[in-house]
Amino acid sequence: MKPPRFDYHAPRTVDEAVALLARYGGDAKPLAGGQSLVPLLNFRLARPAALIDLNRIPALAGIRETDGHVYFGAMTRQRAVEFSPIVARKLPLLTEATRWVGHLPIRSRGTIGGSIAHADPSAEYPAVLAALDGTVVARGPKGERELSAGALFETYLTTTLEPDELLTEIRLPVMRDGAGWAFEEFARRHGDFAIVGVAAAAWREDGRWSARLAIAGAGPVPVRLHGAEEIIARDGVGAAAVETAAARAADLVRPDSDLHASADYRRNLARVLTGRALRNAIARVK
Amino acid sequence: MTEPVTVRLTVNGVAREGRCAPRKLLVDFVREDLALTGTHVGCEHGICGACTILVNGEAARSCLMLAVQADGAELTTVEGLMTDGALHPLQEAFREHHGLQCGFCTPGMLLTALDLLRVQPEPSEDDIRAGLSAVLCRCTGYHGIIKAVQAAAPRLR
Repeated sequence: MKPPRFDYHAPRTVDEAVALLARYGGDAKPLAGGQSLVPLLNFRLARPAALIDLNRIPALAGIRETDGHVYFGAMTRQRAVEFSPIVARKLPLLTEATRWVGHLPIRSRGTIGGSIAHADPSAEYPAVLAALDGTVVARGPKGERELSAGALFETYLTTTLEPDELLTEIRLPVMRDGAGWAFEEFARRHGDFAIVGVAAAAWREDGRWSARLAIAGAGPVPVRLHGAEEIIARDGVGAAAVETAAARAADLVRPDSDLHASADYRRNLARVLTGRALRNAIARVK
Repeated sequence: MTEPVTVRLTVNGVAREGRCAPRKLLVDFVREDLALTGTHVGCEHGICGACTILVNGEAARSCLMLAVQADGAELTTVEGLMTDGALHPLQEAFREHHGLQCGFCTPGMLLTALDLLRVQPEPSEDDIRAGLSAVLCRCTGYHGIIKAVQAAAPRLR
């Protein structure tokens, strides 16, 4: 159980990394925090010809806020996200979601960009990206493009990134002042990937309610629950409206059965956790 | 490049150097090349936490890093916890409270708990349970481990 042989490259710049990816024409894997890729190498489920280690590219890490957005270098560690005062103030949903990502020793190494590019539909960050209308920046030999969650996630563990494109940045619009938030998740063991997880934000403006909801683990990609959000916008946040929105969430998802949970069970969790996330988010609205 | 690489790093305050293939895992480098066998290899996919060490002061799975990635880093392994022949207060607490049976998970437990107590110097029992869920003990010895970390917390503040 050791990694197979590979060429190892540790470029210092994004341009170098992209050039290396292009040179290997799809046979190279970018190595971010390694918390998913290295297990795949240890089990030899992945046998890339080369690893392009991104950990020596200083320009890829860091958190900055400007013009109503928070920008994350793709190599920003999940631990840095967890303890960032900017994130706590401007994106408290992300802070809360981060505590569900693995364990602290995993978050020491794991990165925000790696988690999103890995595209596990049960992961927390892809759902937050979808809930908050965030985007990612991909850089390839022909330049940069910006993609929404909907444009990025294709299916299980698969994105629309080209083999010679590197995810370099995550952009999240800051949450509104006074907005409430919650990340609710069910996993069999603390720190495991979610069976189902729900990211929620809610706020009130001029007496009208709005909600943002996205779900992880209920299909091949994270799902934005627009239909449930519409119920909150229309009917407000009374107990009946929240229950209707939660039931709608269960109708909006098309989960698959696997050895962790049946599709029916996941659909039930979609209802229960959407209701819980909505109630907790609403309770935090100022 | 698949040729051997030179890895220079500081382990428990001592400058060390070794040469290995880029595919060598950090945990195997520490055990085989540096002959520090206190760090244990369990599942080799980041679940069991036995191989947890401190990398630049933060707990990390050494089975999920390549040795070459630790070039220039500062590591702390279980061998680095004692000072002048005296057990670290956390180790003392593990001894007092029966925080180990077979000892396989203990190095990972200790370094995970150390990092936890730095981040949360006054953890609740739930905080400790959540934090230590990062390491698996198959002797079912969690009760003593939790008590040990609770006892060590005030001594480390």
